[in-house]
Amino acid sequence: MDSMFVHKMWVDKELSKMVTAKTVPFPMLSDGGGSIGRIYGVYDEDDGVDIRGRFLIDPDGVVQAYEMVAPPVGRNIPETLRQIQAFQLVREGKGTKATPSGWKPGKTVLEPGPDLVGNVWKVWTVDKAFD
Amino acid sequence: MAEKPAVGCKRPSAKVQKPPEETTQPETVTEKKDYAMIQIGQKAPDFAAPAYYNNEFTTIQLSDYLGKWVVLCFYPGDFTFV
Repeated sequence: MDSMFVHKMWVDKELSKMVTAKTVPFPMLSDGGGSIGRIYGVYDEDDGVDIRGRFLIDPDGVVQAYEMVAPPVGRNIPETLRQIQAFQLVREGKGTKATPSGWKPGKTVLEPGPDLVGNVWKVWTVDKAFD
Repeated sequence: MAEKPAVGCKRPSAKVQKPPEETTQPETVTEKKDYAMIQIGQKAPDFAAPAYYNNEFTTIQLSDYLGKWVVLCFYPGDFTFV
């Protein structure tokens, strides 16, 4: 929502006290007036702000995931990174692979097909969703 | 007594008190435009926006990032968390 000038002030005055890096490693965009937020369905007209929406867009420009959270609750960054890693693995597999609940890099990947139907229990257990 | 605005992640906005109207007119209802929600599996709408990046003011076009994975993250305002 804030202008690029406010972004600079935030980087200079607050971020500099949190981290040693002098810059944010990605562009901080300005959505003055909420025009981008409106087309992405995250603009709150009553409060005049974009809520905490997060979209994962693949290399073809296609939306693969999104999450929306009301302003007072912050997001879980490792979950976003985990989803990107999972989508990258799925994309490289060209439709042959799927990542079950709780998947993280190095953990069991499923290969959906006739042989897997009814047999997921042989390769994946519920405790893997929680560790 | 002046009321202190709640300090949170919302953006406190001005409220303009309308002067009493002399003639009574039928109330006009401003329609909120409905936007279709983003669909999984559909193209992300392209846009260009002013941005602050690498200590420079610049313009970012979403379609310039085709070929890369993109995390597009909205938040209410600077000086709040992500």
